[in-house]
Amino acid sequence: MVELSDEQEAFRQSVRTWLDENFPPRLKGKGAELLGYGEYTGPLQDDASLWQQRLGGKGWGTPTWPSQYGGGGLDHIQTKILHEEMNRIGAFNPIIVLAGMGVTMVGPTILEYGTEDQKIRHLPPMCRGEIRWCLGYSEPNAGSDLASLATKAEDQGDSWVVNGQKVWTSGADISQWCGALVRTDSKAKKRNGISFLMLKMDQPGIETRPIKLIAGASPFCETFFTDARADKTDMLGNLNDGWSVGKRLLQHERASQTGVRNTGGGKSEALQDMAKRYVGADAEGRLDDADLRLRLANHLMDAQAHGLTISRIAAEARGNVEVSASASILKNSATHVAQTQSELTLELMGHSGLGWEGEGFNDAELATVRNWLSGKAMSIYGGSFEVQNNIISKNILGLPENTQKG
Amino acid sequence: MAALTEEQTMIKDQAQAWVTEQAPVAKFRAMRDSGVEQGFQVETWQAMVDMGWTGIIVPEQYGGSDLGYLTFGIVLEETGKHLTASPLLASALVGASALLLGGTEAQKQAWLPKVVDGSEILTLAVDEGPRHAPNVIALRAEKTADGFSLTGRKTMVLEGGAATTLIVATRTSGSAGDAGGITVFLLPADTAGISRQVLKTADSRGYANIDFEGVIVGEDAILGELDQGAGLLTDILDRGRAGLAAEMLGTAAQAFAMNLDYLKTRVQFGQVIGAFQALGHRAAILFSEMELARSCVEAALQGIDGEVPSQAQLCSLSKCQAGAFLHHMSNELIQIHGGIGMTDDFDAGFYLKRARAVEGAYGNQAFHRNRYAQLLNF
Ligand SMILES: Cc1cc2nc3c(=O)[nH]c(=O)nc-3n(C[C@H](O)[C@H](O)[C@H](O)COP(=O)(O)OP(=O)(O)OC[C@H]3O[C@@H](n4cnc5c(N)ncnc54)[C@H](O)[C@@H]3O)c2cc1C
Ligand SMILES: Cc1cc2nc3c(=O)[nH]c(=O)nc-3n(C[C@H](O)[C@H](O)[C@H](O)COP(=O)(O)OP(=O)(O)OC[C@H]3O[C@@H](n4cnc5c(N)ncnc54)[C@H](O)[C@@H]3O)c2cc1C
Repeated sequence: MVELSDEQEAFRQSVRTWLDENFPPRLKGKGAELLGYGEYTGPLQDDASLWQQRLGGKGWGTPTWPSQYGGGGLDHIQTKILHEEMNRIGAFNPIIVLAGMGVTMVGPTILEYGTEDQKIRHLPPMCRGEIRWCLGYSEPNAGSDLASLATKAEDQGDSWVVNGQKVWTSGADISQWCGALVRTDSKAKKRNGISFLMLKMDQPGIETRPIKLIAGASPFCETFFTDARADKTDMLGNLNDGWSVGKRLLQHERASQTGVRNTGGGKSEALQDMAKRYVGADAEGRLDDADLRLRLANHLMDAQAHGLTISRIAAEARGNVEVSASASILKNSATHVAQTQSELTLELMGHSGLGWEGEGFNDAELATVRNWLSGKAMSIYGGSFEVQNNIISKNILGLPENTQKG
Repeated sequence: MAALTEEQTMIKDQAQAWVTEQAPVAKFRAMRDSGVEQGFQVETWQAMVDMGWTGIIVPEQYGGSDLGYLTFGIVLEETGKHLTASPLLASALVGASALLLGGTEAQKQAWLPKVVDGSEILTLAVDEGPRHAPNVIALRAEKTADGFSLTGRKTMVLEGGAATTLIVATRTSGSAGDAGGITVFLLPADTAGISRQVLKTADSRGYANIDFEGVIVGEDAILGELDQGAGLLTDILDRGRAGLAAEMLGTAAQAFAMNLDYLKTRVQFGQVIGAFQALGHRAAILFSEMELARSCVEAALQGIDGEVPSQAQLCSLSKCQAGAFLHHMSNELIQIHGGIGMTDDFDAGFYLKRARAVEGAYGNQAFHRNRYAQLLNF
């Protein structure tokens, strides 16, 4: 533990006071429930909206962003203190979820590459959780090989005109804005003819068709562009430099996927306690299934190793965690830990972990099945498990590419 | 593939052709979408009866063809490939095995022909909690003046909604955990005092929790011997395990074929993704796992047919190896397909969901590893 200065302690006190006065106590620990589908549902909606306005107004949904663009202007220690205090009382950050891909990906990239005008127009509504962003990268023939994307944008004077198709666009049907990679020079080498455009989703040239997932919900879409328009001022970064912009954004995406995301603000039962409840234990408290017991121990060790690695990287960077190549290691490790946890939870629940809906299963059991299924995507999106390993071997280890490319 | 007889080859070819043409995954999808409560389509089941699959292990004097467990496994492997839903395993393999192993002549005559002609659907009700634990049966069968009264609950009974006859493992003496005191009963599913809760599971197949509240049966409902049913129950379960392992092998083999096809057709970076050695090696590993699992599955079925002394060990081996392969394979099926693998329109999710359901049925890998160790006395 780092000793806090008097000033930092005083900050902690002020955070406490502010949270006491502003966080509606009825929302305690309800983050996951309220935000489960990315939008408020249920009887606590009014409290939730109030909390969103207050947190967003203070800039604390995006604590590290500069205050002139709607952020909190906090340093990393202050941010850590804020999160600790929020966790302590079961408060949560709805802004991250409501902004879709905004706060975690598009926003940080605008901060780096955006013009002053773009920052002023796009960041404050993101900080208030008012505008949701989606990300139009993948296409039917450009998944891992993203640079072969074919959706193209043509210069028509005051605007860019976009034609083509994206796929797997998360939240496209409920987003107001889209950050898209488009081809602006079809003669250049694959990666040199791409630009990053920001488009308004509510226009006749954009059509979204939701795709149902194996877990039952339809959080992503096919997105069709037919003479869709983007304002000339809404290209992020330079013309034909979209690959650098886009890759930078992906590093932010990865960084957001390296930890266990905490929007819930509630504590769940430890896996080993749940195991005892379903499987039973002997007089000394040893799980009644010797095989499962050791695999659970193995998993808990992996999870701890992952947590310690995040801390070590943070410490080595003196708290200034830069998005970097280590993000690939952490993304794969976080995915492994989360997917293994789901598999083990399912296994320890036994027959109770097979429910789909209806009677005979409790809510936690049904949620486990759905989470297990949707969690399979973690090793696919944001650069698949294999793509991360390619990045590690090429960018960190300096291995020649043809060792991975057959 | 084991050296098959001419008859077995014929049955395999017939099963393969019928399943691909008449009962492909699209049929299962339609069943899932229509929300059929019993978890299978009646016409699919009837066709299986008509092809004689319900009589494969039943002796000729009861209307069957007496072709043995390996032959049954051959058919189950084919139905497993396309997730063809039916009570074939629960009734014609597990149910028929129970009668063959524990039934009196009168019981065999009364039930086996009906299993074969499909007019009765049998199932074994064994588990009582969230896990497969045949060693801690607690459902009580109390002695009454002229029979027994059953009280307790059975969970996740395969085809529990559609079954017309239940084979129930009960405790007639001692307490949960004792080896003695187990008695197996065979009784109509509509006997007074039985209520069923049909479950909606991730694999969209038919399961139910079944409650028994003072269900009265006569002594003639006993299968095997009073208080001595533990061994019988184990033998029935082992047959179910070996059969299910064959079905699981088929499910995993089909997932493997889907993956191989995708590796050869999906192009990224200007080449088919199978050309990436990282993926090619994983296919090679899975292929090796499949070959090893197949040996175990066939050995268990042949072991039952040949009544070899190591049957129990072989059955645990086969359920465990097929389970491990299917687990691995179903995860790879999603991963290799990328975004498409996550969509409901594509079939990969069905295989993944089915994989976890069958892994747990009649004991998961951990259960069988523990049992394998026990059988080897360590
Ligand atoms: C739930 C979910 C949400 C998503 N949200 C978005 C979104 O909001 N916006 C967006 O643009 N995209 C989104 N995606 C798409 C995601 O980024 C792509 O699915 C991913 O990049 C993989 O592309 P693909 O599906 O075409 O698979 P492919 O690239 O075709 O890959 C198929 C398989 O081949 C492997 N592979 C490919 N190339 C190599 C190689 N060189 N070496 C070794 N193995 C390789 C892959 O790892 C994978 O296992 C989402 C996907 C999912 C599942
Ligand atoms: C969701 C996602 C997230 C990503 N995140 C990052 C990231 O954070 N950092 C990062 O550095 N990269 C990232 N990438 C890019 C990723 O590194 C590359 O897609 C992949 O690893 C290939 O490496 P590359 O960038 O060298 O691709 P490229 O160099 O664009 O091309 C891939 C390879 O294919 C070869 N090739 C190209 N076209 C052809 C052709 N027609 N025929 C034969 N071979 C061809 C090229 O010579 C090259 O070797 C991400 C990709 C995705 C899909």
